[in-house]
Amino acid sequence: MSTIGNAFAPVRDAFDSIGDAFHRMNQWQKYSFYAIVIIALYLAPFWTDIPVIGPIVDTPGTQFSTVLNDQVIIFVLVALGLNVVVGLAGLLDLGYVGFYAVGAYVTAILTSAHGNLPWLLSLPIAVVVSMLFGVILGAPTLRLRGDYLAIVTLGFGEIIRLTAKNMDWLGASRGISNIKKPPSIFGLKFGVIDPKPYYYLGLTLVLIVVFVLHRIEYSRVGRAWVAIREDEDAAELMGVHTFKFKLWAFTIGAAVGGLAGVHYAGKVGFINPDNFPLQLSILFLAAVVLGGSGNMYGAILGGVLVAYVPERLRNFADKRVFVFGVVLVLMMVFRPEGILPKRVGDEHKKRQRSSQNEEVAQ
Amino acid sequence: MPDWLIIRTFWDLTVTGLALGSIYALVALGYTLVYGVLRLINFAHSEIFMVGTFGSLLASSQFLNIPLLEDGNYPYRAGMTLIFFLVVILIIAMVFSGISAVLLERVAYRPLRGNGDSIGAVALAFLTAFIVSLIFIDDTQVNVIISLVLTAPIAYSYLRIFKRGRKAPRLAFLISAIGASTAIAEAVGVWGTHGRDQYQTARILEKKTVFNLFGTDVRIDYVIVIVGALLMMTALTLFVNKTRLGRGVRAVAQDAETSRILGVNVDMIIIVTFALGGVMAGGAAMLFTLVYDQTRFNIGFILGVKSFTAAVLGGIGNLKGALLGGLVLGLVENYGSAIFGGQWKDVIAFTVLLVVLMFRPTGLLGESLGKARV
Amino acid sequence: MSEILLDFNNVTMQFGGVTALSEVTLQISRGEILGLIGPNGAGKTTCFNVMTGVYAPTIGSVTFNGQSLAGLKRFEITKAGIARTFQNIRLFSEMTAVENVMVGADARKKSSVGGAILRTPRQRREENESRERSMELLKFMGIADRAHNAARNLPYGYQRRLEIARALATEPQLLCLDEPAAGFNPAEKQELNELILKIRAQGYTVLLIEHDMNVVMKVSDRVAVLDFGKKIADGLPDQVRSNPDVIAAYLGVDDNAS
Repeated sequence: MSTIGNAFAPVRDAFDSIGDAFHRMNQWQKYSFYAIVIIALYLAPFWTDIPVIGPIVDTPGTQFSTVLNDQVIIFVLVALGLNVVVGLAGLLDLGYVGFYAVGAYVTAILTSAHGNLPWLLSLPIAVVVSMLFGVILGAPTLRLRGDYLAIVTLGFGEIIRLTAKNMDWLGASRGISNIKKPPSIFGLKFGVIDPKPYYYLGLTLVLIVVFVLHRIEYSRVGRAWVAIREDEDAAELMGVHTFKFKLWAFTIGAAVGGLAGVHYAGKVGFINPDNFPLQLSILFLAAVVLGGSGNMYGAILGGVLVAYVPERLRNFADKRVFVFGVVLVLMMVFRPEGILPKRVGDEHKKRQRSSQNEEVAQ
Repeated sequence: MPDWLIIRTFWDLTVTGLALGSIYALVALGYTLVYGVLRLINFAHSEIFMVGTFGSLLASSQFLNIPLLEDGNYPYRAGMTLIFFLVVILIIAMVFSGISAVLLERVAYRPLRGNGDSIGAVALAFLTAFIVSLIFIDDTQVNVIISLVLTAPIAYSYLRIFKRGRKAPRLAFLISAIGASTAIAEAVGVWGTHGRDQYQTARILEKKTVFNLFGTDVRIDYVIVIVGALLMMTALTLFVNKTRLGRGVRAVAQDAETSRILGVNVDMIIIVTFALGGVMAGGAAMLFTLVYDQTRFNIGFILGVKSFTAAVLGGIGNLKGALLGGLVLGLVENYGSAIFGGQWKDVIAFTVLLVVLMFRPTGLLGESLGKARV
Repeated sequence: MSEILLDFNNVTMQFGGVTALSEVTLQISRGEILGLIGPNGAGKTTCFNVMTGVYAPTIGSVTFNGQSLAGLKRFEITKAGIARTFQNIRLFSEMTAVENVMVGADARKKSSVGGAILRTPRQRREENESRERSMELLKFMGIADRAHNAARNLPYGYQRRLEIARALATEPQLLCLDEPAAGFNPAEKQELNELILKIRAQGYTVLLIEHDMNVVMKVSDRVAVLDFGKKIADGLPDQVRSNPDVIAAYLGVDDNAS
């Protein structure tokens, strides 16, 4: 009977052994692996055309490539950014949707409501403005500890949304329409019907963000973040300027969240405050923790799952949010560190072996 | 605007603000109690409140058989009948909220403490079977039957996993809480008789003016809310300070490990804490339906966020702080919306929180359930 | 007497109504090993915390290298040259041993986000320096064989030594060890003694807080004794050992404290 209870075990072991196999690869094998994965990802809109796999992955009700861009890419970007704040630096941010909204609104303002800039030019400006908001929120609040920070950030997310909703200059509840599209490039036309170009653009943004964040994570900055997460007082006594690095975590997280907003605004062309509810912040956080807080690839996986699975399960449409809630609880009970937790050090193979022995012994 | 109008509005706002604040305060107590004892934001507490409003609804419509309208009029009751009905509704709301709070702890938190028991295992097993069967057949009755059949074997193996007893990281508790919150609200939204629509509750109390405060008419329901909330809070404070279980709650809040060594049954105390928070939320829920005569599956969310804000504002973990934070928040929101417009209400609430925390990083009264300055 | 590195001048530390330190004056000379002992609750750790900026003294001043520590943030005090270990081990448990030490080494580095993204030459140089220095320190402490294990998976003795390595990585002038021998068996204590002497031989000044009289008496050049927040003795190990006040404090003879 215990085989049913260990239903999660094969899944867990499968992920662990994929991880092991990856860690055993040499440099050259790793690069080829990356290349294959990246090519496969760029071809993702065509996965539905593959026999057998196609019907499995296809989403009922919505075009698969629309889901890929509008849901998956956005969630992956956001999860990457939030992972820096929550996963690496250990700062509980419940208002991350605020930065996403700032990015989207800056693009909307500059390209439509109060300006005529091209989308591409609005991108860096929006990212910088988002970072600025990161500093504005972070500077006064980062002295607060854990759960106080959580409620303050939650409030921040709501303040952003309600300000947008109540200020005519920001379009009030009507929102802002006619947001400019990204420029056509390499024969890709960013129109209304075909979501594929947006997906390619979004995927490119994701890859750039992964590259940049990877570099930061494996540097003095990334080490300082993890040290702060593990023991803030000890980190400070080891010479880490904790406030400065926490602010950096906020700012970088905000930049990525803002970038996601810019991409979103460019795709949909029309935004209003209802696109940025508080609940979205909570979904973002769920994505990060579900995937594996502190591990960039875990956060990506979490983003994909949280965005994609509800779309795939449309056939019980009205119950999918309920299912999502229950799955979150079950996941936290049976694998609280997330699906793909960060591997620390090189002894995990030994550990895995010993835990298997433990199970045999039982 | 003439002066007399401003004054009148001011007192009017004060009364309604205090009433709203009392409800915040009662719900905030639940956050504060659990936070004090477990250092956990019980994110699903908002849904405990929501369940309480449905408890009130069921109490009046099913147990007491009160119709929404009698001959086209509200089904007003008076005298002893009214008091009896209100007390029955209050008790049933408290029972609903109290039981669901205790269940919530068993299902969504206790297994994460590495301490799961059979009730949690059975509930989780049922839910697992339910959502898995949902993928194949979308028919609630069939799903329930399948799940009931499968519950025992799955629960048996879940219990074996629980025996390994691993404590989850802090973030996991929060996500589990968020999951539970979502699931509870959605369950009511999906399987409730009105689905995601609003439910009316029977208005048995005629909302008459009872007295006049500086030119403002004060309605009976506001008086009941404020007085009722204060009474419940006094009862809670007495319980925490004067009883053996209450001492246990304070001891665990101060130092769970030492309390365990000294022979306090920590798991029992945690159950008591959740039950107390639940009962207070149930009281708040009953008072809420008394004033607003309605409820909905998602009614808890915003109110929960506000109450949590109130708890933090006053100093989370501090019972007096919950009261102060709730009242301050209710008043500030009301005055603020009168000055800047109702649409800015939540912005004002959060801005005040931000400003207070900047000057007093642990809230107005600081955190101190353990230090017994309750 | 040689150059004074740390001057603890008439420090009083009060928490509410409780006086944890009362008019303590203490000097540490460059290059010495000073043992700080005293019964439980005598104020040793408070002394430490004042020194490393965890608390600001109620009265009195602490000067380090002629520079006042008043108003300095904790990380600034570390950069000024004071490093510490913790009585109850406080490693970054989800980082590897070498990463733990690198956090300490990073205290002296400058490169930040921009450098990390662009992998500037300076950033790469600093990164290599941190890594090499950290590996050296792990070797010095004799724990390099598990450099790439997560700190939480290290055996207890390794964790204690990793804490010292991490503190040394900040390039301190004064190394404060808070009960480094806690939980050690006699053989391990012997190793630790040798290690402390080796550290001093490298030119570090060491302040050693310790419960175990044997460790303190063997390695310290000088011993100061605290009791109920007051300094009751200060001198060579042998002098302190035979000081009647110290004996009284340790044997619990009435000391008019009530």
